[in-house]
This record gives sequence, C-alpha cells and structure tokens, in this order.
Amino acid sequence: MTAQATNAAEGARTYHLAEGEDHDHAGGNGATLLGFWIYLMSDALIFAALFATFGVLNSSYAGGPVPRELFELPLVALNTALLLTSSITFGFGMLEMEAGRVSGTRSWLLVTALFGAAFLGVEIYEFSSLIAEGATPQRSAFLSAFFTLVGTHGMHVFFGLIWIGTLLVQIGQRGLGLENKRRLMCLSMFWHFLDIIWIGVFTFVYLFGVLR
Amino acid sequence: MPEHSFLKTVFGRLTFESFPIHEPILLTTFIVVVVLGLGIVAALTYFRLWGYLWKEWFTSVDHKRIGIMYVILGIVMLLRGFADALMMRAQQAVAFGPNEGYLPSHHYDQIFTAHGTIMIFFVAIPLVAGLINFVMPLQIGARDVAFPFLNNLSFWLTVSGAGLVMMSLFVGEFARTGWLSYAPLAGLEYSPDTGVDYYLWSLQIAGIGTTLSAINLVATIIKMRAPGMTMMKMPVFCWTALCSQVLAIAIFPVLTAAFFLLILDRYLGTHFFTNDMGGSPMMYWNMVWIWGHPEVYVLVLPAFGIYSEITSTFTGKRLFGYSSMVYATVVITILSYIVWLHHFFTMGAGASVNSFFGIATMVISIPTGAKIFNWLFTMYRGRIIYELPMMWVVAFMLTFVVGGMTGVLLAVPPADFVLHNSLFLVAHFHNVIIGGVVFALLAGITYWFPKAFGFKLDPFWGGVSFWGWVVGYWVAWTPIYVVGLMGVTRRLSHIDDATLQPYFVVAAVGALIILVGILGTVMSIVMGIVRRKQLRDVTGDPWNGRTLEWSTSSPPPAYNFAFTPVVHDLDAWYDMKSRGYQRPMEGYRPIHMPRNTGSGLYLSALALVFGFAMIWYMWWLAALASLGLLTVAIGHTFNYNRDYFIPADNVARTEAQRARPTVAGD
Amino acid sequence: MSTTHPTEPHVPELHGHGDTHGHGTRRGYLTGFLLSVILTAIPFWLVMTETLSSTPATAVAIFGCAFVQIVVHVVYFLHLDTRSEGGWTLIAFIFTVVIVGITIGGSIWVMYHLNTNMMPMMPLAGSR
Repeated sequence: MTAQATNAAEGARTYHLAEGEDHDHAGGNGATLLGFWIYLMSDALIFAALFATFGVLNSSYAGGPVPRELFELPLVALNTALLLTSSITFGFGMLEMEAGRVSGTRSWLLVTALFGAAFLGVEIYEFSSLIAEGATPQRSAFLSAFFTLVGTHGMHVFFGLIWIGTLLVQIGQRGLGLENKRRLMCLSMFWHFLDIIWIGVFTFVYLFGVLR
Repeated sequence: MPEHSFLKTVFGRLTFESFPIHEPILLTTFIVVVVLGLGIVAALTYFRLWGYLWKEWFTSVDHKRIGIMYVILGIVMLLRGFADALMMRAQQAVAFGPNEGYLPSHHYDQIFTAHGTIMIFFVAIPLVAGLINFVMPLQIGARDVAFPFLNNLSFWLTVSGAGLVMMSLFVGEFARTGWLSYAPLAGLEYSPDTGVDYYLWSLQIAGIGTTLSAINLVATIIKMRAPGMTMMKMPVFCWTALCSQVLAIAIFPVLTAAFFLLILDRYLGTHFFTNDMGGSPMMYWNMVWIWGHPEVYVLVLPAFGIYSEITSTFTGKRLFGYSSMVYATVVITILSYIVWLHHFFTMGAGASVNSFFGIATMVISIPTGAKIFNWLFTMYRGRIIYELPMMWVVAFMLTFVVGGMTGVLLAVPPADFVLHNSLFLVAHFHNVIIGGVVFALLAGITYWFPKAFGFKLDPFWGGVSFWGWVVGYWVAWTPIYVVGLMGVTRRLSHIDDATLQPYFVVAAVGALIILVGILGTVMSIVMGIVRRKQLRDVTGDPWNGRTLEWSTSSPPPAYNFAFTPVVHDLDAWYDMKSRGYQRPMEGYRPIHMPRNTGSGLYLSALALVFGFAMIWYMWWLAALASLGLLTVAIGHTFNYNRDYFIPADNVARTEAQRARPTVAGD
Repeated sequence: MSTTHPTEPHVPELHGHGDTHGHGTRRGYLTGFLLSVILTAIPFWLVMTETLSSTPATAVAIFGCAFVQIVVHVVYFLHLDTRSEGGWTLIAFIFTVVIVGITIGGSIWVMYHLNTNMMPMMPLAGSR
C-alpha cells in the first residue's frame, strides 16, 4: 500500500494522493487478467451445468445405442493428444512473447491453431459418423446431453481459433505492446481452461461411459 | 406454392395473423405506445437532443450515467409490470361464479407470465444494477468501473432483452407458461407458438448482460478501491454488492445453460426436458432453481446494504456490528446456494433430500435475523432523523420480518406440501420482494438522487409514494395470505367459490393504493425537477453522510474525484469531516479517462435482431445478425485508441465551479 | 512455480495491486506437459486394456487421475498460486470448485433420489 496510507500518523492524516500517478484503470493495471479469470469461472459453471445434465441423463438411452457401442477410444485418445500438444505449443508461444520475439510468438500461435483445427476436424468426423449410424442428438436424452456437452466445448475451441486468428493479425500490425500482451495472456488462460474442461469430458463422458 | 414458400423463407412464421389487430385491449395499448413514442421522438428532434443523447448518454462509458440509465429502464419497466398486476387484480376481483371476467384465459396467462418475468429481470435487476453502478465506484473512491466499455454493453444488452419482451405485446404472443417457463409445458409439444421463444431469447440476451455486469463490478471492487481501503474498511453497501455480484456470476451461467438446453429442445428436437425418449422435465426445475433461489439474494443483499447505509447516516452513528454484518452477508452468499430444492419439495425426492434442503433453508434465516438486530441496535440511542429514506427502513423492518417468518414456515417440507403453489406462497414472495427489495430501491433512489442530480426529490410526493406503497402493500397482500391458507392456488383466472370474492376485492383496492404510491414516485421525480431551485443542494453532502460518495460535488464530475482519496477508517468521509479535512484547490493533474464508444449499442441492437429472427424462424436474418455480431465484436478489438486525458486546466475549471469548497463540518 | 514480477518496467506499480499475474517458465511448461501426458495415458490404458478387473476400482482410478491432472494444469499452465492478484484468483478458484461441486453433485443426488422414489420400475443408473 502507499506510504501515505500506512505511515500517516494519527491526527495528521493525508486524505488524498497528490502525486502524479493515476489511480484508475485506463493505463494498464491488472484488472483485465483478474476480470478474465472471473469470466472463466463463470464459464466453468456453464460447463458444470452441462456436466450435471449429462450426469443425470447418462443412462437415459431410451432403447437407443449405449456408450460402449458408440465411442471409439483410439479416436478420443488422438483428440486428447492433439489438444494437449496445442497446450504446450501455446506455452512456448507465451515464452516467446515474454522474450519479446514477435515472429516466434506468431509461429507458435499458428502451430497451436493448427492443432486446434485438427482437434475440431476429428471431432466433426466423430459427430458425423455417429449421426450417420443413427445416433443423432434426437435419438435419446443421453445422446442429447452427449452432443451438447462435447459440442459446447468444441464451439469454445472454434471461438478460440477465431481469437487466435485475430491476434495473429493484431500482433502482426502492432507487435507486442502492453495491450497485445494482455490479450495474449487472456487467450492463453482461455486455451488452457478448455484443456481442463476436456479432461473432464474424456474422463466423465468417454472413459467412464465405456467403463459402465 | 413457390411464392408461399418464398415468403416463408423471408419472414419465417411471421404472418399478418401475428399482429393482434383483433384484440381491442392490445390494439389500444399499441396505439397509446405508438402515439407516446412518436411524441417523444418528435420532441427530441424538435429540441435537437439526439446528438446530445448519443454523445453524452447512449455511448457513454461513465458508470454514473450508465447507472442512471439502468434506473430509468427499471422505472419504465416497472410501469409496464405494474399495469399487468392491475389487470390481474381486476380480473381476479370480478371473475367469480358465472362471471368469466374480462380477460380470456390465454391472455391472462400471458399477463401473469409477463408480470413475473418483467418484475424480476427488467425491474429489480436493472434497478439493483443501476444503484450499484452509480454508488459503488464513488464509495470506493474510484474514477470508473474496471471495464467501462463492458458496462455500456451490459446495459444495452439488458435493454435489448426488455425490448424483445415489449415487442411480444404487439408482434405475436408472450409465453403462457409462468415466469420460469417450466418444462414440459414450455416444450415445443405443449407451447408451439412464439411465446416461449420470446421468453427464452429475451432472457438469454439480458442474462449475458447481467453476467458481464457482475464480472465487471466484482473486478472493480477487488482492484480499484482507494488506497487504504482494506476489505474491512469498505462500506457495507460495497460488501453486499460484492457478495451479490459474486453470487450472480455463480448462478447466471446455470440459468443460461438451462435456457440453452430448452432452446435446443425447441429448435433441434433434442430430449433434455421432454416426457419421452429419456428426457427429465424435473432437471429443468432443478437447474432453474439453482439460479432462482440465489437470485433472491442477488437482489436482497444490496437492499440490505442500502438499509445499512441509510440507518447509519440518519442515526448519526457508525453501523452497529459492522464485521458481523459482513460475515452474515458472506454466510448468506454461501448458504443461498444450497437451498434451491425447497422450491419443489413436492417433486417426490426422498426424505433425506427434503430434510437437508429444509434445514438449510431454516438456517439461512439466522444471519438474516442477525442483520435485523444490527439495524435495531444501530438505531438504539441514535439521534434518528426521520427523513424519507429512514422511514423506508422502518417500514422495511416491519414488513420484511413477516415475510421472513412465512418463509421459515414454508421451509418445513410437510407444511410446504400443503402450501405449495398456493396464494400463500405468492403472498410470501411478494412480501419479501416488495418489503425487502422494492422498499430498499425506493429508499436508495431517494437517498442518492441528490448525489446524482444536485437536488432532492420532492418530499411531499415522496411521502405519497411511501404511504401509498406501504399501506397498499398490506391491504393488497394480507387477504392473499388468508385465502392462500384456505387453499386457493396461484395463476387462476377464474374462481368458482363466490364467497371468496371480498378478499380479492380488498386486494384489488390495495393494488390501487400501490398505484397511488407508484404515481407518487413518478411525481416526486417530476416535481423535484420542477422545484429544483428550492430543493438544490450545493454542499454535495445533503444528509450529513459518512461514506466517500458524499465527499465530491453533486452531481460528481466525470472523473469523480480530482484527487484520489486516501482512506484511514470505516466511514471515510465522516473521518475526513471530523478531522477538519480541507479540499485542495490547486495542484491538479491531468486525469486519465476511458473514451466513449458506440460498439456496445451496435452489438446489442444486433443481438436484438438475432433474437427476433430466431423467434420467428427467419434463418437468413439470424445468420446475418450473428455474422454482424462477430464482425462488430472483432472490429471493436482493432480500436486501440480507447482513452484520453482530461487536461489539468479543465479539472481546475470544473473544481472551481463547485458552488463552494466542501469544508469540514458543513 | 516461479512467479516473477510484471515484466513491463515502465508501468508504475499502482498501489501494490498492479499486474501480479503469474508467468510460466520453459521448465514449468515442460514439467506440466510431461505430467499431463502420463496422467492421460494411465486412464486410457486402464480402460482400453481393462487391466483392473473391478469396474469400481477403475472408475476411482480414472477420476483420481483426472483430478490430479486438473490440478497439474491449473498450476503449470494457468499459473495459479497463492500470491497472484493478492490471492484473489485462488479465492475465486476455490469458490468456483465448491459451487461446481454443489451444482454437479447436488443435481445428481437430487435427481437420483427422484428416480428411485418416483419410478421404481424403471432401470436406474448403473444397469444397462
């Protein structure tokens, strides 16, 4: 805390900051990162609601297909590997950013985006083959919950890709200024957050589904 | 039929029959609204106010202006919601025995749905958000909120949601499914028309606004307190705002998810909440009430904060038991998340589930009761000044305690089995929401109005408002408690037993008395503006306040404080006054401020178009609008020029204009 | 987890609550990645090869791995620690974990009770 606040003697208190430094947001204090963190917490609750729905409906097969017949674990393992790898590549991108290297940051971001796109591609392939087999979201409450939970995660990855694309352009235009660094840090949190959701998905939906 | 299918592609399911030209009540309302609207537009154009409104208000990122706009939205929607209430009371006062009343049941059902939806989502939430927005940054000595643009966006998203609800009056129908649109009734099978879609999309759009606003306010309280203001030196109102908004962040996502799943059921034919194919309608209730019960506390915690500030100001004492007040607030925040099942004890869950949630519900009354004692002990031996805000506090305590006790009654599962869905329950929640939240909002508006505009509200009409609301509340709801205990259920447009009619006639009279109160509220603002010269306050501190918002001028300058205040004590302004603090008159520095932007308004307008297109199945328009949303959102991030400095000269000029320096003891 | 102070020297420390978010190091990222690969491989291996004969044991094992892996990600990739933002990120995280637990656990408990009470003929979770 400030010197004024702590050192002021009783009776002779200072009641305002007379110095030049500003006590507001506009410059670049860290409210953005905390605010974004809080946003992620609220997004986690959307997923919590979807996980709860899946948990309640995950045996409501309505005579339709059951997880053991539907899920192909090798495909899920591939997807998990893609997403985990994209996490470490993003991490390398952040290290480049901290070192102030524009081209390194952009390259790692691009690699991350490619892994993310591959993940989405595999997911779309999985969804379309399920639908082709007749296991559509309309078939049973279990399948409704499955497609919605996994699909919502996929939509997040999709928006993450759009965000990466936007930042690639912006870093290209303006380099690694304070503003762009802050945005990258938010995006990094977002991307790693999606990893964590995916851990829940592959455990609770796929592995536990096949196990039961 | 190629032409027919072309029209269907363009307009979806919107046809000429969607406009209620055959319903005289709606048509009259429509004409009145159009005439009024055109009149306002003409007046604004005549006085050349569009540019001013656009530059100074609509695109403003100033938390004070956004707060005021929230309050205006809340008051406008209150008039709409109360019109619904009057229509219901009139119908229930006459529809007995052979008399069917004047409202067909499909219309009556829309009215009670719209009344509940509007009163919670577009009256209570905007008013609470408005007061927190206006007051909290001033109380913590900040110059704005943490994310000023987001604040503007949140406000306009709420307006978009309200706009969609209003549209349903004249284009198509609103939901007939009750204010939470329970499945399976709200599913496509039983509600195939646009009503539930209006409900879902308007609340989704407004809900995103509320969540973003909550994130913003929490980040502001955590990061932007004035130096020296530790958490335990923060005004109680800020504490309650913090807890309420933390709760909002925790619950609104669940509501969003529940609505999202219902939307999928209705649009894609999934089976989350259907009766067949394994769906579970009660899961919808479960999720909606995970939101619903804490939402009560999202509203009432800031109300408690308002009462605390007012009690302490008008008794001239520090709040009794500040830290116990803070702990009680935190405890309520956590407990309110584990009581949701008491809204559906009758669902059929086992005894252990019902007793857990019953006991949790009873426990939550303990910290709430502690708060009542804190206010009473603050008043004890204080020099109480019965200005209008303080009168509201007393009325609140007398009214709210009854609501709290009927709530504990309902928390007992066997009692709830008898009273579930009865008018007793309806009377209970109106008791806590009117007696707890509405009284606080009216008290808060009276209390902080001079801060926002530099003059007080008209005291005579304020008194009319007070007595109208308080007397009207009791006359309207006591008979409803009684018939509820007799077993009358809610949402009835017609009752066979004519011996019950006197109760409902008394209730209707009570509603008319509340109408007097509402008109008093409006008139106190109108007459306040008319008599603003007599009611002017030049000190910036008309009530001898104790917290930082009273240390700056009224209305505060755009930058709130020329110098960032330093806090040493709870009740910082009282501390400053009692130690003879002199406001510095020189040495100003340039002040860093955020720039206004129209992006929030554009995004919200596009969200409105998107919602409308989805409701009417105009897929091309929905696609276009979502593309527009994405483009504007990304485009906004390419604007790096978001702030500016107010030059020191300007600050000096603004500060010199204050009628006289705020000196200690005035 | 090394948490260095903000890297931008030209930004004044604003009353001690400036940007104090954690940053990663190469070593930290690699450790996290390695741990997370192991913690992913174990549950996949357990389920795909059916190594453990008992289903409940496998379930406990995979949920245990998931829990540990989430902690690994939060610490090594999201850089959560007790100091960043004056501890507020940690408080927010713990609060969210509690609320998420109540939402998921509470819903499943409540709805399971409903099903056993109200639909005794219907097959329940666990049976297929």
